[in-house]
Amino acid sequence: MASPTTTDKIKGLVCRECGKEYPPVSLHVCDMCFGPLEVQYNYQAIKSSISRKTIEAGPKSLWRYVALLPIQGEPTVGLYAGFTPLIRAKNLGDELGLDKLYIKNDTVNHPTLSFKDRVVSVALTRALELGYDTVACASTGNLANSVAAHAAAAKMQCYVFIPHDLEASKVLGNLVYRPNVVEVEGNYDDVNRLCSEIAGEHKWAFVNVNIRPYYAEGSKTLAYEVVEQLGWTAPDQIVIPMASGSLLTKVWKGLNEFHKLGLIDRVTTRVHGAQAEGCSPISAAYKQGRDFFKPVKPNTIAKSLAIGNPADGYYALKAAAESGGAMDAVTDEEIVEGMTLLAQTEGIFAETAGGVTIGVLKKLVKQGVIKRTDTTVALITGNGLKTQEAVMHAVGRPTRISPSLAQFQKTFNLGKHER
Amino acid sequence: MAHLRFHLRFPEDKIKEPVLCQINREFPKVDTNIRRADVREKTGWMDIEFAGEPAEVERAIDGIRKKGVIVDPIELNVVE
Repeated sequence: MASPTTTDKIKGLVCRECGKEYPPVSLHVCDMCFGPLEVQYNYQAIKSSISRKTIEAGPKSLWRYVALLPIQGEPTVGLYAGFTPLIRAKNLGDELGLDKLYIKNDTVNHPTLSFKDRVVSVALTRALELGYDTVACASTGNLANSVAAHAAAAKMQCYVFIPHDLEASKVLGNLVYRPNVVEVEGNYDDVNRLCSEIAGEHKWAFVNVNIRPYYAEGSKTLAYEVVEQLGWTAPDQIVIPMASGSLLTKVWKGLNEFHKLGLIDRVTTRVHGAQAEGCSPISAAYKQGRDFFKPVKPNTIAKSLAIGNPADGYYALKAAAESGGAMDAVTDEEIVEGMTLLAQTEGIFAETAGGVTIGVLKKLVKQGVIKRTDTTVALITGNGLKTQEAVMHAVGRPTRISPSLAQFQKTFNLGKHER
Repeated sequence: MAHLRFHLRFPEDKIKEPVLCQINREFPKVDTNIRRADVREKTGWMDIEFAGEPAEVERAIDGIRKKGVIVDPIELNVVE
């Protein structure tokens, strides 16, 4: 039997628009129609080598699914990323009226505490295979952290481009890994345009530009893990935060791949998209029944989701529609409520994107889209320690006392401890 | 000679204007090549390649922006 890491598992790249095929090199745009490229697999070859057993015998990381990831050799970067806990969220379920609610907790992903560790592990492993020694990205947060950390461990040169006005704590989170951190003057559009130009000019692995077809595939592992952790069953409902929209499309792809390979009997999952009202081009299109989105200027505390012109917006709309899923958006106040509710019911401190997911989950339950008895999964993709400023005003202050037992007992209305 | 790819977005009030035709007249040394487009009553976009000397292409792009059309990289948002 062939090994799951056979080199013929990747057929190549294919244009998502015109279907033109390319070899599996560092290319992200079709030279015929300029549509985005995606990795195409040889599912026949994969089917003969993959089973629940082979997966279960793999490492406790996202690399247990290596047979379905776009690398040709053994994984070399991010060996401990993924396989995060799927938590039965009884308390939050009681609060929202759900009997079988689960939290997929990527707030504890290794090493930088967000789901970006998945996509970056795959991107850098592939970049090394393609002969790159320098990686780069343009980011305002989680992606930059993950690229900088993985590049340090992989001993790769690294360039991280950030807007000049990024918060000090986020800049520090990159600098500590010693990449070349480049602050670009100008507004968001200026930064965006420059980074696209740099990606075209230099022979670097720009993870979310020329390596994007490989990078994006790492997101599928969230779907694989959820299914395996639910005992090889696809859930009824998944709520997914949307920035570029890529995560939702890849979760949907991952579920369908498992079905295609006979690892699960059926996929009846509805995938739902969650955005912040201050940047909701995809969910607004869904609500208005449009098959295209209108770009927006972001204005939300959910900065990790603030992509106003999302590259995969169209495909996310399509995937949600195929699955029968819905989309919705929440206000900044609802985001904070979602974050504190998750923390206070399940002990999970998520970043603002987690507040978006919980807020939209709550709405979908209220609307009757998600039923009490449905097996429901909420994807929580980043750690709250990264966005503490968002909840600072909503968590109160410590209770201050003088160093006196009597005052402590009085303050908290406690009687004397009886021995 | 540079070949640069962009995604153009036409606001509703610009859809009926012959923006690209005007740019071709104003910058005759820049070749424009539309590869994919979707133009409707209230929205419109084009994926397009500009070929020419880099400085001249840059001027043509500025000209399009001045006419109220939004010019993005072909990848749309690169900053994540």
